[in-house]
Amino acid sequence: MKKPELLVTPKSIEHIKALIEAGADAFVIGEQKFGLRLAGEFSVSQVEEATKLIHEAGKKVYVAVNALFHNDRLDALDDYLKEMQRIGVDALIFGDPAVVVSVRELGITIPLHWNPETIATNWFQANYWADRGAKRAVLARELSLDEVLEIKENARPEIEVQVHGMTCMFQSKRSLLGNYFLYRNEVMEVENRKENKNMFLHDKERKNKYPIYEDLNGTHIFSPNDMCLIDELTELFEGGIDSLKFDGVLQSEDYITTTTNCYRQAIDAYFDKGEDAYEAIKDELLAKIEEIQPANRPLDTGFIFKETVY
Amino acid sequence: MLQLIENEKIRETVNGKRVITKKPELLAPAGSLEKLKVAVHYGADAVFIGGQEFGLRSNADNFTIEEMREGVEFAKQYGAVVYVTTNIFAHNENMAGLEEYLQAIEGAGVKGIIVADPLIIETCRRVAPKLEIHLSTQQSLSNWKAVKYWKQEGLHRVVLAREVGAEEMRKMKEEVDIEIEAFVHGAMCIAYSGRCVLSNHMTARDSNRGGCCQSCRWDYDLYENVDGQENALFNEGDAPFAMSPKDLKLIESIPHMIELGIDSLKVEGRMKSIHYVATVISVYRKVIDAYCADPENFKIKKEWLEELDRCANRATASAFFEGEPSYKQQMFGSHAAKLKWDFAGLVLDYNTETQMVTLQQRNYFKPGDTIEFFGPDIESFKMEVGQIWDEEDNEIEVANHPLQIVKFKVERPLFKYNMMRKENK
Repeated sequence: MKKPELLVTPKSIEHIKALIEAGADAFVIGEQKFGLRLAGEFSVSQVEEATKLIHEAGKKVYVAVNALFHNDRLDALDDYLKEMQRIGVDALIFGDPAVVVSVRELGITIPLHWNPETIATNWFQANYWADRGAKRAVLARELSLDEVLEIKENARPEIEVQVHGMTCMFQSKRSLLGNYFLYRNEVMEVENRKENKNMFLHDKERKNKYPIYEDLNGTHIFSPNDMCLIDELTELFEGGIDSLKFDGVLQSEDYITTTTNCYRQAIDAYFDKGEDAYEAIKDELLAKIEEIQPANRPLDTGFIFKETVY
Repeated sequence: MLQLIENEKIRETVNGKRVITKKPELLAPAGSLEKLKVAVHYGADAVFIGGQEFGLRSNADNFTIEEMREGVEFAKQYGAVVYVTTNIFAHNENMAGLEEYLQAIEGAGVKGIIVADPLIIETCRRVAPKLEIHLSTQQSLSNWKAVKYWKQEGLHRVVLAREVGAEEMRKMKEEVDIEIEAFVHGAMCIAYSGRCVLSNHMTARDSNRGGCCQSCRWDYDLYENVDGQENALFNEGDAPFAMSPKDLKLIESIPHMIELGIDSLKVEGRMKSIHYVATVISVYRKVIDAYCADPENFKIKKEWLEELDRCANRATASAFFEGEPSYKQQMFGSHAAKLKWDFAGLVLDYNTETQMVTLQQRNYFKPGDTIEFFGPDIESFKMEVGQIWDEEDNEIEVANHPLQIVKFKVERPLFKYNMMRKENK
């Protein structure tokens, strides 16, 4: 069996070094002008520096160009794609078909990872985008384990699944925080707080807290819990999932580094020593994550064991 | 001001007068066969309906294949066409039965399907090639290059994201030769459609398979977290944080959309009443026809705007078409307002000799109530209800049974499918 890739989201160049030490195999970087909800903001020159660093360590770097583009950013997107080609990153993560068109027209040879988040829900779509250049499909986080495994069985491209961290559950183009402050005639609050990433919506009925922030792409709202599959990885390992992602958006560097190392240990235990070795340490790894878990971010297993109706 | 694109396909000059030669399609929602008939009768060029499967309104009275066939036949008499929404993002378990379903839709004479998932696009192309394929707004189509992508994939039409503005539409029409459909009226997602799973998290209902429970319309409290300390960002008595958008209303932008060459103007609301469909469609019909006939002298009539307000229970706004929406396009604090007029009856028959109308009751009314009749074949008029009789000619004091058949005297002629409203006091 092949070891799955451990994919993480660094916050800075220094952080990449720490994460290489902690055992990450691959990194998602980029900037909000082209990528969505990134843990860190990397300019083109920083992408270049990061790529050098990551490649020297024998690891992979993927750049996010998964925004929902409007006409006004298409020219900039083309320039950015050319820069990425020059730098030689290992993949481009896309959701908008505009990227497929630009990549074809510009003769970009970087492999594509298809990641439209919520709408990647079946294996047919994974194969459809594979036919149009996607080497990998990143699955929606709202799928059950059975659905994930069935997609893997039937899909031709590599399959990436999120195993840890919060998930986006809403994106609006509107400035919803700014609008709320303006509605209350609090112009100063717009200036002071709009860019902050420490706000949350409290849902009194469900006693949930949903992180919320605004950026160039609009307003983003996140899940009330952090998913954590550190002790539930066996079936994903057996199913041959190609990449396990830990999305560290809105988490601290230390948290991301420690948690990355826990997943490194889990993967290595299973693949180097066998299932028993993983079984023997998984509770300990979970306890380690629980220890550093922020008080306002309960852990759960996302939709992996949850039934959704409609 | 209107920004005109010189495009001969859209307009020409006849006897020195500019006229619009490319009239856009007026596309109406129809949650049931009755609503379909009303929509077509009130002036829709096309209707979109949901089938029993693969659509996004799991609560609507969706159409059986037999009803689709009947709807298509009815529409045909008016030169109108029917589209079926099959716009879920399928999970593996939803894939079975798709081929048979699409073939049945094709067999029913439906013109096209509105679809988001490439699974359904590709399957349709393979098993039901006569159906046109229209890309659903669920794909959040927001730029011309993505439009070009779907054109290269052979789609007939794309429905744009609700976030696309007028200038962006102009560029799309300029760059890509494909039919463009845009929303002009109705309720809206505040998120990019397809990119919201609030329902999944809050109620375990899948929003992208028809289970949306509209969590975005609920109230929330906004806090900030400073070193573990949670501070409220509102004061006692403040309106809570809300992200409910006002409903879309682009009635005054219709001339601009026509000049841009937008192919289909879409009204949302498969869950809405026949009264809503009739009112909205009849007003947009008038605006489109009046503008196309004489664009230079066109003016929005006050009575059209008033008419449209009669079925609006929420405030309205222009969303992204006329620029980035501000906080004024959202609802904070108070929500639905009460309608000034209620739909009270549907005309089944009118006897010109006796001047008696036969009406199906849709809301409580009684002698002395102020009512209004409207319809595509009459000028709206108000009157006071006199004596009322039931089907067996017994005089009744009040029409208070839903769908009860009643009769009363109306001096001006009425036609089947005309509607009656009652003023709310």
